[in-house]
Amino acid sequence: MAANPPQRKRIISDQEAENISRVEELAYEIKVSEVMTSELISFSPEIKMYEVLEVFRQKRISGAPIVSPLGDLIGIISMEDLIRCLIDKDLDSAINKYMTTNLFTILPTDPVIEASKKFVSTNFGRLPVVDKDQKLVGMITKGDINRGLLRALETDYQEEEIRKYRASHLFEDIESDRTSLILRYQIQQGDFDIGGQASSNIKRALIRLGASKQIARRCGIAIYEAEMNLIIHTTEGGVLRVEIEPHQISIDAYDYGPGIKDVGLAMKPGYSTASDAVREMGFGAGMGLVNISRCVDQMKLESVWGKGSRLKMRLFLDSEHKNKESENQKS
Amino acid sequence: MNLDELVKIVDGNVLTDLFNKNEVILGGCGADLMSDVLASIEPGAILLTGLCNPQVIRTAQMADVAAVVLVRGKIPPETTIDLANDEEIPLITSPFGMFELCGRLYKAGLPSLEKSVADQSDCGCE
Repeated sequence: MAANPPQRKRIISDQEAENISRVEELAYEIKVSEVMTSELISFSPEIKMYEVLEVFRQKRISGAPIVSPLGDLIGIISMEDLIRCLIDKDLDSAINKYMTTNLFTILPTDPVIEASKKFVSTNFGRLPVVDKDQKLVGMITKGDINRGLLRALETDYQEEEIRKYRASHLFEDIESDRTSLILRYQIQQGDFDIGGQASSNIKRALIRLGASKQIARRCGIAIYEAEMNLIIHTTEGGVLRVEIEPHQISIDAYDYGPGIKDVGLAMKPGYSTASDAVREMGFGAGMGLVNISRCVDQMKLESVWGKGSRLKMRLFLDSEHKNKESENQKS
Repeated sequence: MNLDELVKIVDGNVLTDLFNKNEVILGGCGADLMSDVLASIEPGAILLTGLCNPQVIRTAQMADVAAVVLVRGKIPPETTIDLANDEEIPLITSPFGMFELCGRLYKAGLPSLEKSVADQSDCGCE
């Protein structure tokens, strides 16, 4: 066991600790074996209490298991036991007079939440970890659990941060006159179960590339509506193509049929040719294109009946560019 | 209102593994038409709906919905629950109907996060 860490000014109470949710999840995921101390200082049952005192002092520990020559766990000796012994001025007696034999143990395969529960219910500071043959394999303290959880949280956080960092530097690290990243997704007609998967991946990619939440949300909604259109209305599906540049995001949703008979009518709020089955799924109310137009800065729908449709959308990422474009459109 | 309080008010049953009871819910939106949700909901809201298909979760994810409550005790197909777990969107089922649920939550102080049609010139993200 490591030396006691220096006392911190603010100690998180059990009450507060209860409110940390990712920690709660991790407490179920992480096994006792991952956080326990397995290099143990243990005592044999014949040892005297003054020897215990010496070991506690030298190794700066506050408790240790007592193990038989065969490796079976017999008891636990803690600082409290040692204090009782000191009060009795009885340091010459054997360890078995003061050790605790009423033991609560835990399996190495248990999640750490089980250990936490036992700490709360027993008020003990440490638990021996024994395998299913009752052999001692380690010790676990509240400190071990906290350190394990913090380590796991850090790893979690770092993994996503590293992904974000790498992605967001993509445009800075590559030199060219104009750099863009193109994402393509094949969308199957009628495949409602995985409908939205492409949009979901695009939204995640944008966040990793450093897009703001608002931009990611606007893009996500527009692309999702376009993706559902490809699933609902095409004869054989279509393609989503997203081109990401530092100053803009251009999205193309195109298909090979059947095309739209009257583009003007299709753009009208409330107009839809969707089937009842599609309406039952919460779509096909003729709001898709209207929603898209609200979310993007530019939108253009071209279609030839019998051939196919192409919906072009564009979002500007720098406001300067956005203003210039809208002025151009006016003139 | 946090998610834990909300679950109590709607007498809800949480269907997903991940559930952050301290997550703050900013308001609510009730609709069965996903395009209406995409058009009107503001980020951080709870979505009350009678639809159970995976598209509800996709919609929630795109629109930054904090959690989804299924009305009238509906139990969604596995694919919906799996997707909710994957995308970390809490999914709750409540025995009450849409009107009752909206009423309970509104009375408990949860504001509406549905924009009216008049207020829809852009998607409200900024």
